[in-house]
Amino acid sequence: MTNIAITTLLDQTDSDIAAYLEACVHCGECAEACQFYESTRDPKYTPTFKLAPLVKAYKRHKAPLRGIKKIFGLVPDEVTEDELREWEPLIYDSCTMCGRCTLVCPMGIDIAGTIRKVREGYAAADIVPDGLKQARVNVEKTSSPMGVTPKALLAQIKHQEEDTGLKIPVNVQGADYLALFSSHEIMASPEIIGAYARIFEKAGLSWTISTEAYEATNVGVQIGSGPLAAKLVQRVVDEAERLGVKYVISPECGHAYGAIRWAGPNLIGRTFDFEVLHIIELLDRLRRDGLIPAGKKDDRKLTLHDPCQIVRRGGLLKEPRRLMDDACSNFVEMPGAGIANLCCGGGGGVSANLRAEELRTKAFGVKLDQIDKLGGVDAVVIPCANCRGVFEDGLFDLDRELEVIGLGELVAETLADDPPKPAK
Amino acid sequence: MTFLDFVEGPMFYAAAAIFVTAGLWRIIGILRIGKKPDLAPARGSATAGWWKGNLRHFFPRGLFAERTWMHILGGYGFHLGLFVLLFFAAPHIAFIERFTGLSWPALPRWGFIIAAEIAFAGLIVLWVRRFSDPVMRQISDWDDHIGTWLTFLVMLTGCLALQESVVALRATHMLFVNIWLIYFPFSRLMHAFTVFLSRGATGASYGRKGMNP
Repeated sequence: MTNIAITTLLDQTDSDIAAYLEACVHCGECAEACQFYESTRDPKYTPTFKLAPLVKAYKRHKAPLRGIKKIFGLVPDEVTEDELREWEPLIYDSCTMCGRCTLVCPMGIDIAGTIRKVREGYAAADIVPDGLKQARVNVEKTSSPMGVTPKALLAQIKHQEEDTGLKIPVNVQGADYLALFSSHEIMASPEIIGAYARIFEKAGLSWTISTEAYEATNVGVQIGSGPLAAKLVQRVVDEAERLGVKYVISPECGHAYGAIRWAGPNLIGRTFDFEVLHIIELLDRLRRDGLIPAGKKDDRKLTLHDPCQIVRRGGLLKEPRRLMDDACSNFVEMPGAGIANLCCGGGGGVSANLRAEELRTKAFGVKLDQIDKLGGVDAVVIPCANCRGVFEDGLFDLDRELEVIGLGELVAETLADDPPKPAK
Repeated sequence: MTFLDFVEGPMFYAAAAIFVTAGLWRIIGILRIGKKPDLAPARGSATAGWWKGNLRHFFPRGLFAERTWMHILGGYGFHLGLFVLLFFAAPHIAFIERFTGLSWPALPRWGFIIAAEIAFAGLIVLWVRRFSDPVMRQISDWDDHIGTWLTFLVMLTGCLALQESVVALRATHMLFVNIWLIYFPFSRLMHAFTVFLSRGATGASYGRKGMNP
């Protein structure tokens, strides 16, 4: 087990990771950007400290000049199973891979990306929290971490057709767009399906949902299992290419976007025959093309939560803000909004990890403080289903009330009533 | 051969050779590990991101400054002070001229004193934090302390030798310089060079995504 973990850790260490491990000066600045440290003040949550098993393995087996250091007894001992297990909660419970620590790091080290690599070693050795193991079992059975079956999806689609009065296309060969959803959206907030149906109807898009590839959530990325992540991406790619779509729409889910947009081609070893668009990116394009003009604005005091994997680590900074400006008249930004915004506290699989619940709620408390500083916010707009779930759970645990809504829903609710433009 | 001749002659050549060879070995060793090409279609330029990443992290983000101001002051004070001492102290320029023939204007004595005070203050702040701050204590190891102490001793002996009136002080300074040069490539002091690889790697990765963290 330990050997598999060490071998995988070393395999994952490319020149970028090596540069990070070689550059860290142990300044501890990263702690100040980590909400797990901020909410507990426990030094063990210092981001760079979480990398210790990888650092040891690298220094012993891969670092340049290790031969000379070995002569002088200056290389660390072999990583033990006990150490791997001791660090497991630090790697899975107290890191959402939000990447905020990189902003404050004077060396610019991508600690979040490195934690992702460390998780590969842990997943290979099956040293993984039970919650994520269960999600993996569900995915292998149904392709969905929450066990959402095609039958359940079709039932939700039917409800949305009844609610909207629109026909929602399913398994349409030759459609331009294939829409993916996250389990959380399908089961907990299916109205997002109806919202997209209304928007796409207005824009005149040719789109479809597939019963073969509807799930965007990629548990492989959360656990750190490259092979599983590749399998889940491949399933979407196969279906998208079978249907002949031009675009795959990644839903309002942070890590799902990173999994297919940025990691996807690297996971399966080739480029796609289609373009991946985040739903926010698509809505922004449709808005700028004049296909979904904005109507009456929501006049409540709204703020925007930046999902880490969509904004900071995904590159979509301006798009959600343009949509917010169009959709509401009293949009206020949090301190550090955009690239430096705080995580919800439950990304990177932390929300699926029951063991981390208490810690996650503490980390969410820091996020809530950030919102409270704005004073009198009526609702938070959150373009990520996982973040929404973490907000809802955290608000319940902290006995607080605050409305959370998806950005797609907000856009759908504030569409202009003028007639749709002809289909492109 | 006097002790000064030795530390400024054979020992210095050996130390400088180790510094250059081992330093290059380490940098090339990191780069030789290699990485797979990124197949995801880029939204921005990785090359521009590499440069932006390197430049952006020279400037601390104001959002975090409230909690990291002491480290920022200590870090900037030490590094800027050391840079000025290293390249603008009159004896250093004379020493470099001896080997390369290159020369440039030196700092006046008062400038040296100010730069040295800032560098010492910065280094002491950084070192005190290593054992007084719980986070720093948790993550610091022997290499951090040795690197700090060696640098401190090089600076201290350099100040003592500033008058260039006592041969033994100059020889002591050169001895510590040589030890520092030998230790440098095997230690975390190499961050002076690996910083550009690290910032560049992150900058390039984010640059492809159209971001600049």
